[in-house]
Amino acid sequence: MTEWTTIVGLEVHAEMLTQTKMFSACPVVDSVMAPPNSAVDPVSMGLPGTLPVINMQAMDYGMMVGLALKCDIPPFNQFARKNYFYPDLPKGYQISQYDHPLAVNGYLDIELEDGTTKRIGVRRAHMEEDTGKLTHIDGGSLVDLNRAGVPLLEIVSEPDIRNSAEAEAYARKLRAILQYLGVNHGDMSKGVLRFEANVSVMHKDDTEFRTRTEIKNLNSIRSMVRAIDAEVARQIKLYNKGEKVIQATLGWDDAAGKIIIQRLKERPDEYRYFPEPDLPIVEVSREWVERVQALLPELPDARRTRYVTALNLSEYDAHVLTMDKPVAEFFEVVLAEGIAPKTAANWFTTHLFGLLNDHKVERENIGQTNISAQHLAALIKQVESGAINQTTGVKTVLPEMWATGKAPEAIIQEKGLAQISDVSAIGEKVADAMAQNPDMVTRYLNGEEKVFNALFGNIMKSLKGQGDPAVIRQILQEKLTAQKS
Amino acid sequence: MTHLTDLTISDALDKLKNRDISSVELTQAHIDQIAKHDSQVQAYITVTAEKALEAAHAADTARAAGDDKPLLGIPLAMKDVLSTKGIQTTCGSQILKGYKPVFDATSVKRLYDAGMVMLGKVNMDEFAMGSSTENSGYFLTRNPWNLERVPGGSSGGSSAVVAARMAMGATGTDTGGSIRTPAAFCGLVGIKPSYGRVSRYGLVAFGSSLDQAGPMTRTVEDAARMLQVMAGYDPQDSTSMNVPVPDYLATLSGEVKSLKIGIPKEYFGAGMQPEVEKAVRDAIAWYEKAGAQLVEISLPHSEYSLSTYYIIACSEASANLARYDGIRFGARIDKGDVIETYKATRGAGFGAEVKRRIMLGTYALSAGYYDAWYGKAQAVRTLIKQDFEKAFEQVDVLMSAVVPTTAFKFGDNTEDPLQMYLADILTISVNLAGIPGMSIPCGFDNQHLPIGLQLLAPAFKEETLFRAAHAYEQAHDWHTRKPDLLQ
Repeated sequence: MTEWTTIVGLEVHAEMLTQTKMFSACPVVDSVMAPPNSAVDPVSMGLPGTLPVINMQAMDYGMMVGLALKCDIPPFNQFARKNYFYPDLPKGYQISQYDHPLAVNGYLDIELEDGTTKRIGVRRAHMEEDTGKLTHIDGGSLVDLNRAGVPLLEIVSEPDIRNSAEAEAYARKLRAILQYLGVNHGDMSKGVLRFEANVSVMHKDDTEFRTRTEIKNLNSIRSMVRAIDAEVARQIKLYNKGEKVIQATLGWDDAAGKIIIQRLKERPDEYRYFPEPDLPIVEVSREWVERVQALLPELPDARRTRYVTALNLSEYDAHVLTMDKPVAEFFEVVLAEGIAPKTAANWFTTHLFGLLNDHKVERENIGQTNISAQHLAALIKQVESGAINQTTGVKTVLPEMWATGKAPEAIIQEKGLAQISDVSAIGEKVADAMAQNPDMVTRYLNGEEKVFNALFGNIMKSLKGQGDPAVIRQILQEKLTAQKS
Repeated sequence: MTHLTDLTISDALDKLKNRDISSVELTQAHIDQIAKHDSQVQAYITVTAEKALEAAHAADTARAAGDDKPLLGIPLAMKDVLSTKGIQTTCGSQILKGYKPVFDATSVKRLYDAGMVMLGKVNMDEFAMGSSTENSGYFLTRNPWNLERVPGGSSGGSSAVVAARMAMGATGTDTGGSIRTPAAFCGLVGIKPSYGRVSRYGLVAFGSSLDQAGPMTRTVEDAARMLQVMAGYDPQDSTSMNVPVPDYLATLSGEVKSLKIGIPKEYFGAGMQPEVEKAVRDAIAWYEKAGAQLVEISLPHSEYSLSTYYIIACSEASANLARYDGIRFGARIDKGDVIETYKATRGAGFGAEVKRRIMLGTYALSAGYYDAWYGKAQAVRTLIKQDFEKAFEQVDVLMSAVVPTTAFKFGDNTEDPLQMYLADILTISVNLAGIPGMSIPCGFDNQHLPIGLQLLAPAFKEETLFRAAHAYEQAHDWHTRKPDLLQ
C-alpha cells in the first residue's frame, strides 16, 4: 500500500439559500417537502421566449463563499451555456460559468488528526442553476422542477487531498463555512449540498497523474469517506493485477458498501459551452467586493482562535465547539446567560455531546432537541450555586430536560431533587451510618483511610443522592476525628 | 368613402376619436377581409375573431369613457413567434402545434396595454429561419401583389396580412432581415429596431444576440406609432437597454436638408436586379435633390457577414431549440425510452431547414471547432460592428436596397439553401452590428412587384430613420398603391 498515494479533488455543489431562483422571481422551496412542481414559473420551466435575469443576492452569496475561501474575485465573470439533453434540464442547457468564473485561486486550511494544518487549494467557484429532479417509477419517470433554477455554487478543489480523512476534514470545514456564512444549511440528505470526488492513485515511481474516476451521488460525508476508500482500493487492485483504470462516472451503494460503475467515458464530455447571449458580462467593481467582504461574519477559524486566546479554552474544545455553526451558536447563548466559558465547554464536551451521541442526534441538530440553550444555562447555574449536586444535574435533570423540554427549576421542584445542605439533617444521617457500621469506623480509625469513601457513599445513598457532598464530607470528617481522640 | 381596411392607423385613430367609426366596425371590416382573402393568401395560422370583437367592443366602451390610449381599438396581427397568453403560439413549427403559452411577450403586452385589438397569429418560416416563409411547418403564404410569389420571410405572414389589408399593422421579428425583406417584397414599411430597444421577453428565440421585434405597417407614421408602444426597457430582458424612448411622431419633420447619407459601395455589387438598383438610386437621388449630402463609404468586412451570421445565429439556435424535447409542452412522440422519444419528437417536429441549422450550430460549437468557427465569427462580428461605427462618424444614415431582387417565385430558391441565404446579404450585417434598419417602398419592377429602400442608422437612432423615411414617403405615393388582388 505504501507504494501508492491517493489523489483526490472534490467538487462541491452548494445551493444558495436565496428567496428566489437564480434567474427569475420564482420562490425557492424545500424541494423535499414541497409538492412536486409547486415552485415553478415560465423561466424555470424553460418555456419558449423566457429569458434569465441574474439574481444579485445569489451573486453576493457566491462571492461571500469565494472571499471566505480566500479566492481572487476577477474584475468580471460571465455566464455560459452548458448544452446537454436530459429531462430534468428544461432548456436543454444549463446556465453556468466556464471561462470566467466568479472566484478563483483560493484555499482552505484543514486540521489533521495529528494536530497539524494542511492547505487545500480551491481552484474556482462559479455560479450556475440547479437542475430539476427525476423520480423513476414503474413504466416511466416523473419530473419535478421545483429545484430547477435554484442558485448553485460549484466549488472545485485542487487535487491536493491525499486520503479520505483529509477529504472528510475538507468537507466538514467547507460545510461549516457555508453554514457560518448563512448561505447553505449543509443538509446533504436533502441534496442542498452535494460532494463529488475525483479519485486517482499514483505509484511512487510515477511522474504524472493517472486516470481518474468521478464518484457522484454521495449523500453523506460518511458515504464519501467510505466511497473514496473503496475506490482507492479498487484502483490499486486493478493496477496490481496489471489492469487499467478506465475513466468513468461512478456511484456509491451505501448499503452494500460498493462502488457502482454508472457510465464509462470513452470520450471527454462534449458540452459545447458558449457565452450566454441572454445575459451581459457581470462586471465586478472594487466597491462591490468591499461591500460583500464587510458582510462576512466571524468564520470557524477566527472563532476557534478567539475561544483559545480570549476564553482560554483548550484547542480541542475550541475545535469541537466551532466545527458546527449550530453548536457554536448554542454555546454562545449559554455564555451570554453568564456561564463561565470553561464550565460551559465542559458541559458541552462531556455531558451534552454524550447525550446527543446516546440518542444518535448529529451535533449540528443541537438546536432541534428539547433542550434550549437558556435551559442548559439555568441547569448549570443550579449546579454551580449548589441548589442541586452535579450528579443529580447530569444523571437526572438533564435527561428529563431532554425528554420533556421542561425548565430545570421545574424538574427539580417536581421531583424534589433540591440538594440537602442542612447540617443537622446531614449530621443525623452521618451519625446513623457510623452507628450502623462500627467495623468500618474502627478500620478507618486504624488507618484504613479509603473506608471514608464507603461511609460517604452510604450516607449519600441514605440522602437519595441529594446531599451536598461538601457538607457530608465535612461532618463525617469531624465526627470521625472526634472519635479518634 | 374609403374602405375601412384601407385606412392607415393614423387615419383610423382620427376617425375613432371623432366617433366617425367604431372599433367594432373597423375590426369587423378586417375580419371580413380575412374571410374574403385569406383562403388565397394564407397568412393567418390562428384567427381570434371572437376575442377581437370583444376587445373592439371594450375599446369602444373605454373610448366613450374618455380613454385615449395610443392604439385604442386598432386591429393588429402578431407574428406567431411572439408568445400570446392562452392563444396558440406555434413559431411556424409542428413541434409547437397546440402550445398555448401562459404569458404574453412583453412587446405584445405593451400593444395590448396601448389598446390594440389582436386579430390573430400569422405565418412565418419555422422558428424564423428563412427568407420566404416557405419553411413554415404549416402552409405557404402568398404575396398579395402576386400570388405566385413569396411574401418574403421570415415575417411573411405579417407582410402578407398588412399588404392585403387583413390587419392595419403587424409585428415582425428580424434576426437577419426577417422584417425588412418581407416589408420590401410586399411594399411596406418595416423597422428592425436597435438590439435592446424592444424587449425580447416572450419572443421565442432563434438567434438570441440578433433577434429583435418591430412593426410592419403601410406608412412610416404608423410604424412610429407602433414602435413607440413596443420600445423601452424591460427588467425581464437583461439585454434590453435602459435608455429613454424619444417621441418618434415628433421627429417626423420632413427635414432632410442637413442629412448626410452614406452609400456603402459594397452594397451595390453584382447580382442586383437592374430595376431594383435603379429604384434605389432614384430614391437616393431624390434625397440629394432635397438637400441631403451623399457620401460614398466602405464597409470593408461586408463580404464576411454572411458566414459570420450563419455561424453565430445557428450556434445560438442549436442551444435555443434544445428545449423542444416533447417533455413539458408541444408535441411528443412517445417511444418509451427517453432518448428515442427525443429523437422521434424532434425528428418529426422540426422541418429540414431547422434541422440543418441545428446541425450547423452544433458543429460550430463542438470541442476542437469552437475557436475556428464560433470564436472566429465573434471576432469578425466585432470588425463588422466597427465598420458601421466608422461609417457613422461620417454620415447620419446609410442607404441601399433591402434585397437585391424583388419577390421571387415559390421554389426558386428552395433547392439551394445558399442561394436563399444570399437574399439576406444586405440585411444581416445590421443584426450583427445591433443597429436599427428600416425598409420603405421605393418603386416597382416591371412585374409590378414592390422594391424596398433600406435605411440604416447608428444604434438607438431610430428617430433618424423615421425622419428620413417620412420625408421620402411624403413626396411619393408608393405606399398608397394596392395589390391587384384587392381592386
